[in-house]
Amino acid sequence: MSLLEINGLKVNYGGIEALKGIDFHVDEGEIVTLIGANGAGKSTTLKSISGLVRASGGEIRYDGEKISGLDPQKIVARGISLVPEGRRVFPNLTVLENLRIGAYLNKDADAVEQEIERVYKLFPRLEERHWQQAGTLSGGEQQMLAVGRGLMAHPKILMMDEPSLGLAPLIVKDIFKKILEINQSGVTVLLIEQNANAALKIAHRGYVMVTGNITLTGSGTDLLNDASVREAYLGTKTNG
Amino acid sequence: MKKNFPASVRLTLSLIAAVGVFFLLFWLEGQRTEQGMLISILQKSVILSIAAVSMNLLTGFTGLFSLGQAGFMAIGAYVTGLIAMPVSSVDNVFYVSGMADGLRSFKESLSVLPTPLLITLALLAGGLIAAIFAALVGIPVLRLKSDYLAIATLGFSEIVRAIIAAPQLDRITNGSYGLKAIPGFDSGGGRGSLLIPFGVAVACITFIVLLIRSSYGRAFKAIREDEIAAEAMGIGLFKHKQLAFIISSFFTAISGGLLAMFMRSIDARAFQVTLTYDILLIVVIGGIGSITGSIVGAFLVTFAKEWWLRFFDQPLVINGFKVPLLRTGFRMVVFSIFLMLIVLFYRKGLMGNREFSWYRLLSWPARIGRRKKSLPSGDEEALK
Repeated sequence: MSLLEINGLKVNYGGIEALKGIDFHVDEGEIVTLIGANGAGKSTTLKSISGLVRASGGEIRYDGEKISGLDPQKIVARGISLVPEGRRVFPNLTVLENLRIGAYLNKDADAVEQEIERVYKLFPRLEERHWQQAGTLSGGEQQMLAVGRGLMAHPKILMMDEPSLGLAPLIVKDIFKKILEINQSGVTVLLIEQNANAALKIAHRGYVMVTGNITLTGSGTDLLNDASVREAYLGTKTNG
Repeated sequence: MKKNFPASVRLTLSLIAAVGVFFLLFWLEGQRTEQGMLISILQKSVILSIAAVSMNLLTGFTGLFSLGQAGFMAIGAYVTGLIAMPVSSVDNVFYVSGMADGLRSFKESLSVLPTPLLITLALLAGGLIAAIFAALVGIPVLRLKSDYLAIATLGFSEIVRAIIAAPQLDRITNGSYGLKAIPGFDSGGGRGSLLIPFGVAVACITFIVLLIRSSYGRAFKAIREDEIAAEAMGIGLFKHKQLAFIISSFFTAISGGLLAMFMRSIDARAFQVTLTYDILLIVVIGGIGSITGSIVGAFLVTFAKEWWLRFFDQPLVINGFKVPLLRTGFRMVVFSIFLMLIVLFYRKGLMGNREFSWYRLLSWPARIGRRKKSLPSGDEEALK
């Protein structure tokens, strides 16, 4: 049994079918990535898993239980947390306040302090800047904060929506290194990326999405070497 | 790291200031005849500061732009007035249609209570009833965003006013005749005219500050900053908005109840939209998102409006030359010009979203000199 199972998931956005019934699964301990062009429905998938968007059909099962239709709070509480697209840190709050909000559902003060220590160990830069307003951080630091905030809920699955968006290549490399580190510490990762190259390199498995459907699936290296993927998403022509 | 004095120094300074204010108020109470004007302006300022801080809890900390203040103040004022008014005055006040029998017997059963207890009860009842209204109104209204929420709450406030003045409610609210003979702050005997409103304000504002510093307060701020991210963190949007709205309305109604005690006689016209705008003005002048800003704003605006600018309302003749423009009402023109100047030069209000700190206060003279020299790096606010 997979940790997260998506069966025939459909989502409508004001009459437009953003997801046309997709199936995929994420096993415990994996890094799974969804790649695809703009508007393929990648973000919608994550939003519906975290309960921010209601599904119009199909179901989402987590740990064997159906979670589609639950409120976002309940889904976060069960161990699925989302690092939203475009970071969305709380700009006028300090780094530390941002982190504490990530652990909002955890009422045990000591446990929250431990989570903060854990995040600081992963991102020492956040500890240096803990008093600073999040809006004054650089893009890369804000992404670290967004990931750290997502980890504060002590998730089993961390879902990341385009963590490389708008960041310099060197910083993207850094972020992906951290994602690997997070995964090795036992957190399952579901990653959405337009930067397919970087995502497939660290992913165990990947799914390719095209306009609301999953068209291709395979291990990270398989997809990386797949001719159609290379052509469509990696920008490299292959001969033959 | 933010610069500040050590906690012990701050605590000592605050204690000294609190004791100083207490004795000043105590002394002023004794000078009632000489300082009547100052006392009544202080009363009004501190009453409005509660309403302003409550509004700031909503607008500045939760990001909900509500314009229902006058309505909730009216609820608080009428409930407080009706409960606190002595039974012996009822026939005098309700001379047209009389008071509803149920209400009268309810008041008679309460009249065994000593006055201070009755007034406390009256204020709390006003707050609770307003909170119930807020909970009901909040269910449909809080799903709206920004300006739509403002319009809906403004509508609610006008409905409250219209209902209070409705002839059908003559036997409860006394319709358009209003309530009179509401006991004042000094009715408990002895010195209360300043200490009571200040005491209530300290209690209310302390509660709100503690709320903002709690994890609820952090959730409110998260909603203000980014609703979607807050929801993704597991913060229930509706539950928290509802909570902020109810608590804010509770304290707004307490402020309304105090206002009724301050004015002694009220009618529905006292709770028009202009009252809401006065409070909004205080919040904006003080700084949206600053509790101390709202308090300072309440005193500044009330003092300027009611006292400092009175000069402009009196005709002035120097050597037979009548200075032009000085006449009744001109003070409001000057007041408005001051407001524009403040908004122009302090775009985020006097305090921005900062809170009072002894360090900032005591280093103020030095900072002014520095700011002129290095504007770009001196003030983070200027860069935004």
